[in-house]
Amino acid sequence: MFGKLTLSAIPLDQPIIMGTCIVLILGILAVLALITYKRKWGWLWTEWITTVDHKRIGIMYTLLALVMLLRGFSDAIMMRSQQALASSNGHGFLPPEHYNQVFSAHGTIMIFFMAMPFVVGLMNFVVPLQIGARDVAFPVLNSVSFWLTAAGALLINLSLGIGEFARTGWLAYPPLSELPFSPGVGVDYYLWSLQISGVGTLLSGVNLLTTILKLRAPGMRMSMMPVFTWTALASNMLIVAAFPILTATFAMLLLDRYLGTHFFTNEGGGNPMMYINLIWTWGHPEVYILILPPFGVFSEVIATFSRKPLFGYRSMVVATMVITLLAFTTWLHHFFTMGSGADVNGFFGITTMVIAIPTGVKIFNWLFTMYGGRIRFTSPVLWTIGFMVTFTIGGMTGVLMAVPPADFVLHNSLFLVAHFHNVIIGGVVFGCFAGLTYWFPKAFGFRLHEGLGKAAFWCWLVGFYLAFMPLYILGFMGMTRRMNHYDDPSWLPFLLVAEGGAVLILVGILLQAFQLVWSIKKRHALRAGADPWDGRTLEWSTASPPPPYNFARVPQVEGLDAYWEVKQEVVAASREPYEAIEMPRNSGLGFFVSFFAVIGGFGMIWHIWWMGILALVAFFALIVWSSWDENDEFELSATEVTLFERANPHAA
Amino acid sequence: MTTQQRHDPRRGDASTPGLEGRQAHGSLRGYIVGYVSAGALTVAAFAIAPSTSMAPFSVVAALVVLAIAQMLVHLIFFLHINTAPAQKTNVMAFAAAMLIIAIVVIGSIWIMGHLNRNMLPMEHLMQMQR
Amino acid sequence: MSIDVASLDMPSEESGPQLPSRQHVTGFGFYVYLLSDGILFAALFAAFAVLRTATDGGPDGHVLFSARNAFIETACLLTSSFTCGIAMLACDRRNKFVALIGFLVTAVLGVVFLTLEIREFADLIAKGYGPDRSAFLSSFFALVSTHGLHVTCGILWLGVLLVQFLLRGFTPAIQRRFLCFSLFWHVLDVVWIGVFTFVYLVGGYL
Repeated sequence: MFGKLTLSAIPLDQPIIMGTCIVLILGILAVLALITYKRKWGWLWTEWITTVDHKRIGIMYTLLALVMLLRGFSDAIMMRSQQALASSNGHGFLPPEHYNQVFSAHGTIMIFFMAMPFVVGLMNFVVPLQIGARDVAFPVLNSVSFWLTAAGALLINLSLGIGEFARTGWLAYPPLSELPFSPGVGVDYYLWSLQISGVGTLLSGVNLLTTILKLRAPGMRMSMMPVFTWTALASNMLIVAAFPILTATFAMLLLDRYLGTHFFTNEGGGNPMMYINLIWTWGHPEVYILILPPFGVFSEVIATFSRKPLFGYRSMVVATMVITLLAFTTWLHHFFTMGSGADVNGFFGITTMVIAIPTGVKIFNWLFTMYGGRIRFTSPVLWTIGFMVTFTIGGMTGVLMAVPPADFVLHNSLFLVAHFHNVIIGGVVFGCFAGLTYWFPKAFGFRLHEGLGKAAFWCWLVGFYLAFMPLYILGFMGMTRRMNHYDDPSWLPFLLVAEGGAVLILVGILLQAFQLVWSIKKRHALRAGADPWDGRTLEWSTASPPPPYNFARVPQVEGLDAYWEVKQEVVAASREPYEAIEMPRNSGLGFFVSFFAVIGGFGMIWHIWWMGILALVAFFALIVWSSWDENDEFELSATEVTLFERANPHAA
Repeated sequence: MTTQQRHDPRRGDASTPGLEGRQAHGSLRGYIVGYVSAGALTVAAFAIAPSTSMAPFSVVAALVVLAIAQMLVHLIFFLHINTAPAQKTNVMAFAAAMLIIAIVVIGSIWIMGHLNRNMLPMEHLMQMQR
Repeated sequence: MSIDVASLDMPSEESGPQLPSRQHVTGFGFYVYLLSDGILFAALFAAFAVLRTATDGGPDGHVLFSARNAFIETACLLTSSFTCGIAMLACDRRNKFVALIGFLVTAVLGVVFLTLEIREFADLIAKGYGPDRSAFLSSFFALVSTHGLHVTCGILWLGVLLVQFLLRGFTPAIQRRFLCFSLFWHVLDVVWIGVFTFVYLVGGYL
């Protein structure tokens, strides 16, 4: 009746987990009680849960990312603490079976449920505004994509209290992830959670790609798109190209685990190396999916706060597209040591080094943009400068490992761990924080407190270097990754410094949380109009926050940096009357589909077959039901538009 | 909201994938030509495949050519993707997808071929040397 | 209102450059999704190419595959693509009867295709050559069943569409959905070209 699920799935004998679960449950109950007390359920349903507005969906993605950052970081600080304690005779507090789940969850959550939603959230919020569109191409699909991602996040978090998580690392290599070696539910939680959110991501990729290619404001040729929109285009092209490979590969592993097939097993002719090949065919484009939009953020931030147009727009665009193409030619560098031989290793080593060239072009363009500009050192600019130094170091260590013989020594050492954290934190995380601070006033109508933001930045920056530079040295000294105990006491001092760095980052995160709370409290003093930074692109021509329809009149674009040109000309406001606007209706499809996705995923994980089938049937029924009413738009009358525009005057 | 019109045009865009902006009588002929050519290419493939008079490599090459030809027939006559200027985005998207598919399939075959050769299990290696 | 062929992609009433129609945007978006599906199949084809010799001492395609069966399946699918095209032409001309017949024949041919395929699978499994026998068979079953599952979803989708069509006729939404279905169905036939060529012909004879 309940498959493999029994009460013993709850790890009552593990105090850390139980403590965490109790705190989480109490926290969730407190939030639910607060919503009930303030009678906000109706508001929540109509304004947020069933919204199809890209701005709201972007905000929800970002919120999800920030919450999951806390979970992923908790795993990180547990690992650092364990390694600081587990030298020689010490054993720390995390036995291997537990530690393995911690590092697996850390990686999985940070990549799939922190970085991806953060980047997708920023793209969702900003891109339609930047291209002068009223929403994305498929608003209801956008909602479905968000809720599917949330469903995946929920499933992974359920594994904490019900059952266990994978012990395989964040990519779940076979044969370890096959049934004989991972008989529990951990790998199944991993696979189902990521398959569900993967569908959401793929659909989001289709959505944004179509939006950018088809819904730009009249007159906005591709050569006039803001750089952030170009990088969003590139990232979504990669999503559409790469995520199907992830889906197929995970499906094959699921078939191995559920139907006894032999894709990647040790017996029956299976080939585990094929999994590693395919998963990295997805995995390498994935890191470019993550980094390209932050590159776009930096372009926008640098140009705005240097009060100069971006240097080398054309070369920036070309570099972005070259990176996009090359992203699909380097994946073998993740398994140089698996034995493909000199020819293959050499080819991929060269492509890996080549991809550093367009990246270098971008860095030079940013530097040349700053040169001769009147720079305002706001916190987005601090994050940007922090990125430029940090990411360059990380990139260089990557090029070092691109040389196969060097990688033979450094593969799976802490040097590798330091490298990828260097580029992901220095690149993706710093970029997302810069973007968050930069666009926050547009989304909410008030700025984040600057002083706290700067303090948080310095904690993150210094904390990052303290936490990860020692890891480079440890990698050279021979320490491998994912160790919960080690015998060499000379490693201890470095790990203690790293722990200090992690604590400093924790302070930074706490400062950011406090910054959010404080800024909300002081929002009247921090009030921001349509254009708080003197921006150059179209999103700054709307009110803050923009109306549901974004633009009362579809902008006619005539050049690059569309809004900047408008500001310089001081164009008189059009006196023509406003017209009625067609708006998409709210839809509960996303929420309900994801509700059943959680149920179906949970059922399949625990072998509760009737639950899986029920969810599948419900899924089909929902699709048919939602398609039945063809009237999915409503009209916002000209009067309503006029009233809103009068109440919220802004530059354009 | 996302579009300006309330009603979709009667015949649709010349640039929408799957739609043809041409006159009606031309379209039926297009489908018939497509069906007959695809059928002929299919029959040819099934006829050539069992052939023992050609070298295996040549047979495979012939089958690949026939398959690509038939895919193009489908693309042009059924999906209406062609070289018209309005179709530029559709063609570029298709070319990009083909490039990715080629990289994934050929790349995997190349890499796995090398891995399989180099990473042969020890017992097989010993057996080969006996 | 007469239809001027030359201005088909731009409505004549409004002035100035226009955003594309909802039908165009939906069609393009669905087309992009289908390209991504093609990449999904590419990963499965890659797995088949790599694993096709991994028979674990068991039989390979020469023994197991029937070219005759594959030919009949191909004929069914190709013809159903043709009838789908006819149905789309009828939609163009708002000919309800021909559209209905065209789509129904498409669905029936799809069901015949699936029946033949399921029979082949059942036969193989009964002989002990199911997907769990060897990596070769795993990759064969995964690739061909993924295609078959797509066909199944397509037929179910067409069924729902035809019900909506009978109730409401040629609404803009239904026209959009028929467009997406026809794109889906034609692309499935393109994928099948790859399947019968590389799995059944190359895998069966070479």
